[in-house]
Amino acid sequence: MLAPHLDKAFDTADMQKVPSRNGYGEGLVEAGKRDKNIVALAADLTESTRTLPFAEAFPDRFVQVGITEQNMASVASGMAAMGKVPFIASYAMFSPGRNWEQIRTTIAYNQSNVKIIGAHAGVSVGPDGATHQAIEDIALMRVVPNMVVIAPADVHEARKATLAAAKYDGPVYIRVGRSNTPVVTTAESPFEIGKAEVMYTKTADSDTSVGIVVTGTLLFNALKAAQALEAAGIGATVLHMPTIKPLDTKALLALAEKHTGLVTVEEHQRAGGLGGAVTEYLSEVSPIKIVRVGVDDQFGQSGEPEELIEHYGMGVDAIVAAAKKAI
Amino acid sequence: MHYLTSKEVQFLELKANQIRQSIIEMLVVAGSGHTAGPLGMADILTLLYFKVLQHDPKNPNWSERDRLILSNGHICPVFPIEELLTLRKFGSRLQGHPHRTALPGLETSSGPLGSGLSQAVGMALAERIDNPYSSKYIYCLTGDGELNEGQIWEAALQAGKEKLHNLIVIVDRNGIQIDGYTKDIMPLEPLAAKFEAFNFDVQEVDGHNIRAINDAIGKAQAVYSQPSLIIAHTIASKGVDVFERDFRWHGNPPGKGPEDRIPKDKQAAVALEKLRTLAGIIAKEDIS
Repeated sequence: MLAPHLDKAFDTADMQKVPSRNGYGEGLVEAGKRDKNIVALAADLTESTRTLPFAEAFPDRFVQVGITEQNMASVASGMAAMGKVPFIASYAMFSPGRNWEQIRTTIAYNQSNVKIIGAHAGVSVGPDGATHQAIEDIALMRVVPNMVVIAPADVHEARKATLAAAKYDGPVYIRVGRSNTPVVTTAESPFEIGKAEVMYTKTADSDTSVGIVVTGTLLFNALKAAQALEAAGIGATVLHMPTIKPLDTKALLALAEKHTGLVTVEEHQRAGGLGGAVTEYLSEVSPIKIVRVGVDDQFGQSGEPEELIEHYGMGVDAIVAAAKKAI
Repeated sequence: MHYLTSKEVQFLELKANQIRQSIIEMLVVAGSGHTAGPLGMADILTLLYFKVLQHDPKNPNWSERDRLILSNGHICPVFPIEELLTLRKFGSRLQGHPHRTALPGLETSSGPLGSGLSQAVGMALAERIDNPYSSKYIYCLTGDGELNEGQIWEAALQAGKEKLHNLIVIVDRNGIQIDGYTKDIMPLEPLAAKFEAFNFDVQEVDGHNIRAINDAIGKAQAVYSQPSLIIAHTIASKGVDVFERDFRWHGNPPGKGPEDRIPKDKQAAVALEKLRTLAGIIAKEDIS
């Protein structure tokens, strides 16, 4: 059963499809109105990262750094040291891809109040191809102490994550996508840093059941997979985990206790991301069979977003197959 | 700009000499660390902390203080602070490379080279947003080997673009880096012309002449439409003539340095003796 706060147009012809990065743009302007210390930096990708509305609304608080992602991370650290709340945005491949060490040392080690927006994350970047498809960024950010890591499900959640990051004191990484993805949640859906949310509650009465843990824009596919499983008589719950770090261990443990096996779903390498985090935790406290859905140690390629998601094994059928393997 | 009397210069020279002695003592106890850079930068750091920087040691978070970013973090033993003998030890606030959240008065953590200039640019930008007429200066010390890093030139582009008049960069031009002399590893010259081409106001100065450094900083403060950069020509390991100019002292403490001139077990004692002799000479200078 879908959570009641989700969009009523779910999986109908009326369902909207919007890039999650738009939510960053909206949230940033809103946060900027509330707090004059918020500043935004962009590295020659102002429009496509959706930093432009902020730059136009607050030109004195926008810094164009040109194509200097390493510089951008450390400039932001310096601005934070003076009391600013900098948001830095580029494609995830370049930030945190190219500037990882600057993020680690000048932002995270300093506990700098800098927010890092990795846009165009995942293979759903599409035609640009493998060089621009960041599928390692969750792993890169998750291993850095002090760093909060968030992968919002859609435009609404990206907006809420941006607002929450603006209020949170410390470094935060938010990954957003380029392509149009289903708007699953609503303005009323709950969002809190560090909190997972059950988005589909199992109703089928079966001997074995599966818990699907999902992060980011694959929430729609995970929900569709749960519906398919339930239609086939297999109980399925979807736990949406927009915050990968800190991990909502309480919600995970509850899920593990109530299901036969788990599946993790993310638009990321199977290694090191959400699947890694969930497996690391549960293997120590409550071992359970876990099948990880994601890109299997490969690079992406050019293509249309949906065909790439299918090709790399993150479509609805692939999640259903993984669920059957898990129980 | 602060004018220095002869008496003040003598005081600073003696202070720098004491700091050099502390550096030797700390490094011997730590058993590892950098000798050449800290000894070479002692005069500049002494001048900055005792005369130039607007700061309050009793209130290190005073909001109106000038900021100093030590981009070349490995020279941290030069900092005139307490607990010196715990440098590089487990649990110490004095990490092998500086850690901001561990130590009050430290503006940032540093060590990985090349990122300090960007941080200083960020500080200068933030200050200008808040107060375009601020008289607060952001000082950034960099090594010369450090200028190999690409990020330095990204930051230099940004500083020039933004015309950050409140940014003053001081380059420790000692001519050495870990693997050898900078002219062999990755030549930097013409260095002044490079930064001029990035729209900096550039000066060159003898990095051990306290009055000359003070004058250069004063001139840099008076530049209104450009960031400033002072190339301070320093002598690696300055003050201990038997260590001077030798790149092998970059990353070794006394007791573990090259022994073709002084045997390892005598290195610390010889260094301290040389520095004490120098202090005696400075103290006897007629400054009337």
